[in-house]
Amino acid sequence: MLSEFLQYLFTGITIGATYALIALGFTLIYNASHVINFAQGEFLMIGGMTTVSLTGMGVPMPLAIVLAVLLAGVFGILLQRFAIAPAKQADVVTLIIITIGASIFIRGLAQLVWGKEYHVMPNFSRDEPIRIFGAVLNSQSLWVLGVGAVLVVALVLFFTRTLIGKAILATSMNKQAARLVGIRTQLVLMLAFMVSALLGSIAGVVVAPITFTSYDIGIMLGLKGFVAAAIGGLGSGVGAVVGGLLLGVVEAMTAGYVSSDYKDAVAFSMILVVLFFMPRGLFGAKVVERV
Amino acid sequence: MLKTLLRCAGKFVAIAAAGLVMSAQAAEPIRIGSFLSVTGPASFLGDPELKTLQMYVDKINKDGGVLGRPLELVHYDDVGNASSARNFASRLIRSDQVDIIVGGSTTGATMASVPLVEQAKIPFISLAGAVVITTPVKHWVFKTPQSDRMAAERILADMKARGFTRIGLISGTGGFGSSGRTQTLEVAKNMGMEVVADETYSGSDTDMTAQLTNIRNTDGVQAILNFGFGQGPAIVTRNYAQLGIKLPFYQSHGVASDSFLKLAGKAAEGLRLPASPLLVPDSLPDSDPQKAVVQNYKSEYEARWNAKVSTFGGYAYDGLMLAVKAIEAAGTTDHEAVRKALENIHGYVGVTGEFTMGPDDHNGLDADSFRILEVQNGDWKLIN
Repeated sequence: MLSEFLQYLFTGITIGATYALIALGFTLIYNASHVINFAQGEFLMIGGMTTVSLTGMGVPMPLAIVLAVLLAGVFGILLQRFAIAPAKQADVVTLIIITIGASIFIRGLAQLVWGKEYHVMPNFSRDEPIRIFGAVLNSQSLWVLGVGAVLVVALVLFFTRTLIGKAILATSMNKQAARLVGIRTQLVLMLAFMVSALLGSIAGVVVAPITFTSYDIGIMLGLKGFVAAAIGGLGSGVGAVVGGLLLGVVEAMTAGYVSSDYKDAVAFSMILVVLFFMPRGLFGAKVVERV
Repeated sequence: MLKTLLRCAGKFVAIAAAGLVMSAQAAEPIRIGSFLSVTGPASFLGDPELKTLQMYVDKINKDGGVLGRPLELVHYDDVGNASSARNFASRLIRSDQVDIIVGGSTTGATMASVPLVEQAKIPFISLAGAVVITTPVKHWVFKTPQSDRMAAERILADMKARGFTRIGLISGTGGFGSSGRTQTLEVAKNMGMEVVADETYSGSDTDMTAQLTNIRNTDGVQAILNFGFGQGPAIVTRNYAQLGIKLPFYQSHGVASDSFLKLAGKAAEGLRLPASPLLVPDSLPDSDPQKAVVQNYKSEYEARWNAKVSTFGGYAYDGLMLAVKAIEAAGTTDHEAVRKALENIHGYVGVTGEFTMGPDDHNGLDADSFRILEVQNGDWKLIN
């Protein structure tokens, strides 16, 4: 009985940690520009696929990961420079649509370069799962959780302690005022895209041993990550993590105790309920619209 | 002077053109139409299928064609989209006026074009799997792959032979998985077996340990079957190994490919699945009539395209060869004659199996055309 419950919980945490890590990536760009970057899933894919193909060429894994993350960072900058920046006067909805277009473009490119096959990445530490009270936990889940925790702390520090972080927040609150006090808002935006690409690709690398990776992995994980971010409250790092874990645990518990057929239905109804009573999500900032 | 020269030249051109027209009439090509999912999500089906068709149409033409006429392949890419498949089928019938259609990578694409084909009265050999394509029998529609029902029969028969009658089922919610689930439930009932646990997962799931834990904790379950497609079954296999479940494990023919072995890795050790003999051409006994066909197809395909051969390309091989055989037997491309000839095909040995069609069997295969394979030391091992 206990082992069953623990197993469902561990499963939920594994899935949830994946969602949480992805949700974090959405947070940053949203904070900087109120844009929901639907190309976030593609950064994830670039991270995983680059690492896999570099290790396939004989590059040692740690170096491959660093290179993959850097490449994603470059893509983040390019995305902002060539897709977002030219449309600077456009409103947020237009920018969101641009990111969807960019994601389709990047996915097509990846399909040309890497083909359509799924690829495996080995676990970071050991392949043997960890056994606790008769339930098993994939050792990679701990990596996902750990990396997620480190990233959340880093994000919080970044936004509250560094000048650049504060500049990003200022830009999101009022672009014009930020420009008046001397913040170069275009540069700040570019920075936000770069950092969020870095975050996304790190997530992609860490979850790849669990989910496999392929050119289209970004669609499915990106959407689930977005849902997690919405539950937690867009823009909140803690919210992203809580939202992701909650979504994962609810999915696993439903699959275990109710029926695997209703797993997704229950998860999505939960979003409706949360957003109905708390439209800004669990940890979303209480913002009053100016009229 | 110039005028006569021009007139001469004009005459010459006219005669030459007339000659060309006549020689073209003498060997007017037999037009084979095809719509396949060459790109898009089902490209792993359409891509090897198209390559196979192109390669063997070339080969047949080099060897003198069929009935002394060359073959001409007219093909379109439906991108895995059923409605564009229907449009292309209509174009093949109306504007390209093909003699026979060999195509339809997915069940959706096939079923969308069936009404058009039936109306136009043109023979159609589908390359898609589901049982609905030829059951109930449609006058003009044939297919080359085994149905998922046969896969279920083959798996359950192997389980029964090993003494397992209470099985746990986990299946994907996609078209392939859910159709496989329905067939498994029906076949199990007919064979007096009991499905004691019935779980599902969706295509985008990344962890199935909750479902597997449920099955493991079900009383009296003796073996577990996963009916699914894509990367999902590979994740199920890994979770299975992580949970340390010791029950015998079966997968469906949906993952019978080398890429599945690569994804699942060591976790796949010991699992069984039904598959085309194409995966183990060299372990087939010499007495097996399919051995030579399968070995030839494999070596020719791999030499031509420098890529691994796939089961799906084999469906196209059989489709094309059946069409050629039927046209040869009929001695004409008259639609009704070719259709009759297809129905009369008896004992054609193909890559997928041995085909014996009939008025009430437009597939022509039985469950035994699947071979049961087991994963041993990271490779396929023929069991029976």
